[in-house]
Amino acid sequence: MPKVKAAIYWCSSCGGCDESIVDLGERILAVRELVDFVFWPCAMDPKLSDVEALADGEIVVSLINGAIRTSEQEEMSKLLRRKSQLVVAFGSCACTGGIPALANLKSKASIFDRSYLHSPTNVNPDGVVPMEHSKTAEGYPMELPAFYDTVYQLDDVIDVDYYLPGCSPNGDMVFAALSAILSGKLPPKGSVLLPDVALCQSCDRNATKPETLTITEFKRLIHVQADPTQCFLNQGILCMGPATRSGCGYPCIQGNMPCTGCMGPVGSKDQGARMLSALGGVMEGESEEQIAKALDGIPDPAGTFYRYSMSSSFLGSKRKEVKP
Amino acid sequence: MANFEPSIVAFVCNWCSYGGADSAGGQKLAYPANVRLVRVMCSGRIDPEHVVAAFREGADGVMVMGCHPGNCHYRNGNHKTLRRFRLFERMLFQFGIDKDRFMLEWVSAGEGQKFQEVTMAMTERVRNLGPLVISGSVAQEISHA
Repeated sequence: MPKVKAAIYWCSSCGGCDESIVDLGERILAVRELVDFVFWPCAMDPKLSDVEALADGEIVVSLINGAIRTSEQEEMSKLLRRKSQLVVAFGSCACTGGIPALANLKSKASIFDRSYLHSPTNVNPDGVVPMEHSKTAEGYPMELPAFYDTVYQLDDVIDVDYYLPGCSPNGDMVFAALSAILSGKLPPKGSVLLPDVALCQSCDRNATKPETLTITEFKRLIHVQADPTQCFLNQGILCMGPATRSGCGYPCIQGNMPCTGCMGPVGSKDQGARMLSALGGVMEGESEEQIAKALDGIPDPAGTFYRYSMSSSFLGSKRKEVKP
Repeated sequence: MANFEPSIVAFVCNWCSYGGADSAGGQKLAYPANVRLVRVMCSGRIDPEHVVAAFREGADGVMVMGCHPGNCHYRNGNHKTLRRFRLFERMLFQFGIDKDRFMLEWVSAGEGQKFQEVTMAMTERVRNLGPLVISGSVAQEISHA
């Protein structure tokens, strides 16, 4: 049986998603028996022309990780879409924007200003900032990819068949997803290859959550020692479990760290609004003073509630249906 | 911006604030046609997701109105509303949206006049702010924040 051709590509990402494929451990040998990676820039030295030389649809599956921040990432995603039968948005950034999409809380101008001109570790007396078109001293034209104003999720620029969120998806999740793809036992197009329930439902600390939660103040992890047996919310520590998809096996909770929401929204597009709603329901306090004091424990609500899902949020992503 | 007429979505609870709107009508107290009401059973039913969806769909301002604290038909729904939307207000400016585009008010079924006053005040406030643009990356609507 000929091997299945697969590609892995990274857009705006940290490389953790590529790492998670290596995290398959010995199982990667079983995958290698079945799969021929024709393109994987992180692990091999392929060229763009190698992909261009393939017939349309010749790649069976492309796993694309990372958010879309530059024109190059958009072009590569479109090329792989054309060459692939299936495209999987791999990891939080490709699914919902991930950490890079937190930059949507800033404008491109302020990001350039900070990164290239005013960051305290910069030495840039000439005020050089990257430009799409420039010339070398000898007069040769130079070109850089365009840096977009907004960080997009993968399905903003191409059609995506399946989603595998997680920062990064762990080895078990990757193996289960690859098995489903290779055996053809796939759910309907557009599905997330994970259960559609909230993390709390699978969390083994759920049993310690009282019938009615009453949070009087939000404690930050730097200030308290978390009880390793109790529900984090019951300890007043913000845990994204109620608004986050299950399926990760909660390694963070097992390491006594609350969920930060990397598996993305469940049953909704706007993870942050759902989390906000959940918290409002379980907080104590009826007076403005009490409430204000409790909320002071959440210094960065947008960055906390949308840490991995800004590109799928209603307010932090571009309204593509409306022409400016 | 002289001719700008804002669209304002107002979520009102069935027992108090919708009654307040009714009462305004009964007393022939006109309120701005910019304000479009969405009646729900309790302000505690209004998820912040509904509010962000309203902004996303083109509302220039959003109001949430419910029973006065202590008078909730379901005992404590409006206390949840208060906590949710105080937190929501803290988040809204991070998205570059002026906090004045959102208003939480308590209007009882007898307060027709208050209903008229708050809807007029909100319409004026949003008219002065101009149309809301959600651009993806944060626009500089609130440079002072």
